[in-house]
Amino acid sequence: MADTRFPQATGTMGQPYRRYEALEKVNGSATYASDVKLAKTAHAYLLTSRIGRGVIRSLDLVEARAIPGVIEILTHQTVGESIRQTQALYTGGYVADSVRPLGSAEIAYWGQPIAMVLAESYEIAREAARKIGVSYDVSEPASSFDSAGVDMTALEPMNLGVGDFKAAYANAAVKIDARYSTPVQHHNAMELFATQCVWDGNRLTVYEPGQYLNNIKYGLAEQLGIDPELIRVVNPYVGGAFGAKGFLTQRTALVAIAARRIGRPVKLVATREQGFFLSAYRAETRHHVQLAADSTGRLIASSHEGWEVTSRADVLALGGNAITLRLYGCPNIEGRVNVAKTDRSTPGFMRGPGEVPYAFAFECALDELAYALKMDPVELRRVNDTKVEPIAGLPYTSRSLMQCFDAAGAAFGWAGKTAAPGSMRDGDWLLGWGCAAAFYPTQAGNSAARVRLSSDGRVHVSSAGHELGQGMYTMMAQVASEQLGVPIEHVTVSLGDTDLPPTIVAGGSAGTASLAPAIMSACDAIRRRLQTGGSPAADVMTAMRASGLGNIEEFAETRAHGLPPESVQGMYRGRVAMSGGVHLPDRVQLAFGAQFVEVRIHARTRELRVSRAVGAFAAGRIINPRTAHGQLVGGMIWGISSALHEQTEIDERNASYINANLADYLLPVNADIADVQAIMVPEEDNLVNAAGVKGVGEVGTVGMAAAIANAVYHATGKRLRDLPLRIEHVLEEV
Amino acid sequence: MQPFHYSRPVSLAETIVSGTQKHSRNAEATATFLAGGTTLIDLMKLDVMRPSHVVDLNSSAREFSAIRFDGSTLRLGAFAKMATVADHPDVISHFPVIAQSLSLAASAQLRNMATLGGNLLQRTRCAYFRDPSWAACNKRSPGSGCAAIGGVNRQHAVLGTSKHCIATYHGDFAQALMALDAAIMLIGPDGARSMPFASLHLQPGNTPHLETSLRPGEIITEILVPDGPWTRRSRYVKVRDRQSYEFAVASVAVALALEGSMVTDVRIALGGLATTPWRAVDAEDLLRGRRLNEASATEAARTAFAGAVAQAHNAFKISVGQSAIVRALLETAAMEAHRG
Ligand SMILES: Cc1cc2nc3c(=O)[nH]c(=O)nc-3n(C[C@H](O)[C@H](O)[C@H](O)COP(=O)(O)OP(=O)(O)OC[C@H]3O[C@@H](n4cnc5c(N)ncnc54)[C@H](O)[C@@H]3O)c2cc1C
Ligand code: SF4
Repeated sequence: MADTRFPQATGTMGQPYRRYEALEKVNGSATYASDVKLAKTAHAYLLTSRIGRGVIRSLDLVEARAIPGVIEILTHQTVGESIRQTQALYTGGYVADSVRPLGSAEIAYWGQPIAMVLAESYEIAREAARKIGVSYDVSEPASSFDSAGVDMTALEPMNLGVGDFKAAYANAAVKIDARYSTPVQHHNAMELFATQCVWDGNRLTVYEPGQYLNNIKYGLAEQLGIDPELIRVVNPYVGGAFGAKGFLTQRTALVAIAARRIGRPVKLVATREQGFFLSAYRAETRHHVQLAADSTGRLIASSHEGWEVTSRADVLALGGNAITLRLYGCPNIEGRVNVAKTDRSTPGFMRGPGEVPYAFAFECALDELAYALKMDPVELRRVNDTKVEPIAGLPYTSRSLMQCFDAAGAAFGWAGKTAAPGSMRDGDWLLGWGCAAAFYPTQAGNSAARVRLSSDGRVHVSSAGHELGQGMYTMMAQVASEQLGVPIEHVTVSLGDTDLPPTIVAGGSAGTASLAPAIMSACDAIRRRLQTGGSPAADVMTAMRASGLGNIEEFAETRAHGLPPESVQGMYRGRVAMSGGVHLPDRVQLAFGAQFVEVRIHARTRELRVSRAVGAFAAGRIINPRTAHGQLVGGMIWGISSALHEQTEIDERNASYINANLADYLLPVNADIADVQAIMVPEEDNLVNAAGVKGVGEVGTVGMAAAIANAVYHATGKRLRDLPLRIEHVLEEV
Repeated sequence: MQPFHYSRPVSLAETIVSGTQKHSRNAEATATFLAGGTTLIDLMKLDVMRPSHVVDLNSSAREFSAIRFDGSTLRLGAFAKMATVADHPDVISHFPVIAQSLSLAASAQLRNMATLGGNLLQRTRCAYFRDPSWAACNKRSPGSGCAAIGGVNRQHAVLGTSKHCIATYHGDFAQALMALDAAIMLIGPDGARSMPFASLHLQPGNTPHLETSLRPGEIITEILVPDGPWTRRSRYVKVRDRQSYEFAVASVAVALALEGSMVTDVRIALGGLATTPWRAVDAEDLLRGRRLNEASATEAARTAFAGAVAQAHNAFKISVGQSAIVRALLETAAMEAHRG
């Protein structure tokens, strides 16, 4: 029966098939990494540093070792160089953080593992870890932007611009000059960071949730100094990732070494708190945006400078202004990016990594400009809509930004807005309406897939893709079903295993855009072997039966537009190669959206809630409107969370996180999420990739925080430029 | 979590014995009572509470889980679940502030597990208290200092603090009991006794590790709430950072007796703002005998915070707290309260 929550198949919309793995997830039989039961498993527990910077002077293991059931305790004295120092991801390697936790006595950040206890049970390991005596030589850490000892660097290669910003800005009639900031945030996927390692002779099997299993395989081989072909990484289900499980972390090598030393499988399930340090996170950012327009609202100058926190060990710079400054037509543009090196663990990618913080600043500044111009914010964007990006003049492959604004605005009822701040009210609640653009680069990487068609009409598709909850199984089954004309119920899928044909990281919203073309290509090859020529997919089975063959299996690899031929070899070595967005020589490819929200602020006590949110998104072909709808609505909810709730709080005295648990790190609960509507605007883009897919994993999150802050201004007349937005920011004195 | 001895006595007499036995043998080894476990087990896993002997009260104290209202006193068994009390028709109609304080607390799952007695004795959420790797916490280890002063203290108290501890008492239900002048019944090694609920919690002063006036081995068995002209016109306003499943930034329990708009009696208790359950006595005195309106409510709200001391990150709580008092008073005054 048709479900009215999302569009049904028409035009660029595919069939809203139900999730391939829905039953296993609902009945609990889906096996996540920590569910795998291995005989004679030893349980690991990490002891982590309680100082922000310094050196371990001594470790006293006597009491811990005396606890019955303790098998072994690893420390820097026993691990040291057994894990090799390798290149980090950001300098061309694999691992997401180049500090080796038990590599030396050096402490680089609070929460760094300093010992790993192996015991017969989790509880014994935990008790023993707490009995380890540690003494440190403590140095003062630089915890964030304003700390003493922070190392601030301008990243000149990331400068961008066109025209003469300074001159144009100086002479403009209407200007905005504002500074914004976004907080530290952690992904907090439901599934914890778990790793199980088991050796069989010199062969190692790793069960670990990941967004890029081949990155784990090849990176781990490098760290351990063994042949990658001896390593297999398996995980058919990932319990949420959002970027946190994107790349190899240092914990995996520790577990592998521990398992080798004691000759038993080792299982680590890090605690929620430890997860705040074991993997990446969204670091805090600061922004300075300057905009100038003529009296009709046309932008004549725009500048966006960003400051991002990174670790001492690794420089990560997301530079989302490479997109914000290309969103609208403007002749004079300037962009700069700076990083602050601090004594923290290395940040990384979190859903809309550069897009979310930079969009917050830029789309808020545009709203400020609209008010300064006394212009409707939607009209301001219409006036500055463009068919070519403004810096190099490259064409957009397709751009449906204003269609999104119109569709979402109509559904929201934007025309009923009264412009003056504080002019709308419902009883004790002040109402505010706001909007912002959403965008996300359309990217893709190289991919391989294998498809087998059997004479009984069954199809099997396999590729080392990742099911994070986004719908990878379903997409893979659906593409093969459509290409070969077999019912989807006859298609089975294998993924989440490095023994399968490689595909790219499940990140950058590029999973479907990368893998769907490879599956299509393998299906094409099957049709070619059956010589069905140009006949429709429905004839494939007839040809198969006529052929007398039992099975046809085809392997295909596809190379993404913009990637060099040698990048295909990289795919077979777990490298990250993704192209697209604003980084192509010939064109620009972005998915767009528009988001409208209504906020309510209690007139007295100032609780701030989002009562309504409508987003419209154009992202090329939508293979499955059901799973795409889930991504978009989920993304919008993430955006509400990002604007109103989430903030990892730092105690500057030791650069620690003091709310690293799910009770104190606020995420919205059901009652916070009222009416969230996602509309899919039909869009055809045959340039981006063979599947015409732009990807919907992240775009839903991108504009939300700005739309909410803009709505708060409309409700109260207060411009809030620092996230998250909390009661104290909208207070009025009694 | 360190290994501990567990017992589940079947009679109350046996419970009292096992609760005290350990004390007499070894002063260090404390016996700790287990009710719903939602505070205790949590803190044991975090290594904050390290009892050597856990005495599970769930078999022996079942008799103290009844809810009875005889028209003049509401008797709540200390082992009644938060959810049961919040949903009880007599509580909802005669003591709305109690029902609301419970249903706005924690989550449905926690309310199904947690008991009233355990709720009253919940420990602070101060992050430095909850993480024993912070050496400085006078509540955890007397004399060690206070990491929260000079740390991240947005959620800490502005009332009742001392230079030794600024931890908030976060419970909601306690505020309703404060406002309604409840009493509690106790049983312990020295027999049964009762005390005003207001005497249960101790302000930190220079002994923040001493949180209650319970004697070793004493169990809360019942909570008694007298009916009064103010109980039906009572309300709990909870201001928080998210809509549900969250502790208060500021909360207010109000009970009002009105003649027209004239205040004949008023009770105001504050949550999320103070180190203990907190009665705003001066604010009440200011309102009694006056008309309740925006101006008098605002004046009362200011009075309630006359002695407030803000830390680096929580000054806003004074302002939110004042607004919450005004809101709670005016909303309570507007209630359709019938005399029962
Ligand atoms: C995530 C989370 C959110 C929460 N949110 C809120 C909230 O919004 N508002 C709120 O008010 N509370 C909240 N709570 C606290 C919760 O209400 C308490 O944990 C719960 O009420 C404790 O009751 P219990 O029966 O589980 O107590 P237990 O954990 O069993 O006991 C708590 C303490 O009281 C002692 N004790 C228990 N019963 C007795 C008795 N009868 N006599 C003597 N001593 C006794 C125990 O020895 C122990 O020290 C929250 C808790 C959590 C974990
Ligand atoms: S506020 Fe109290 S509980 Fe918190 S650290 Fe200070 S002494 Fe400990």
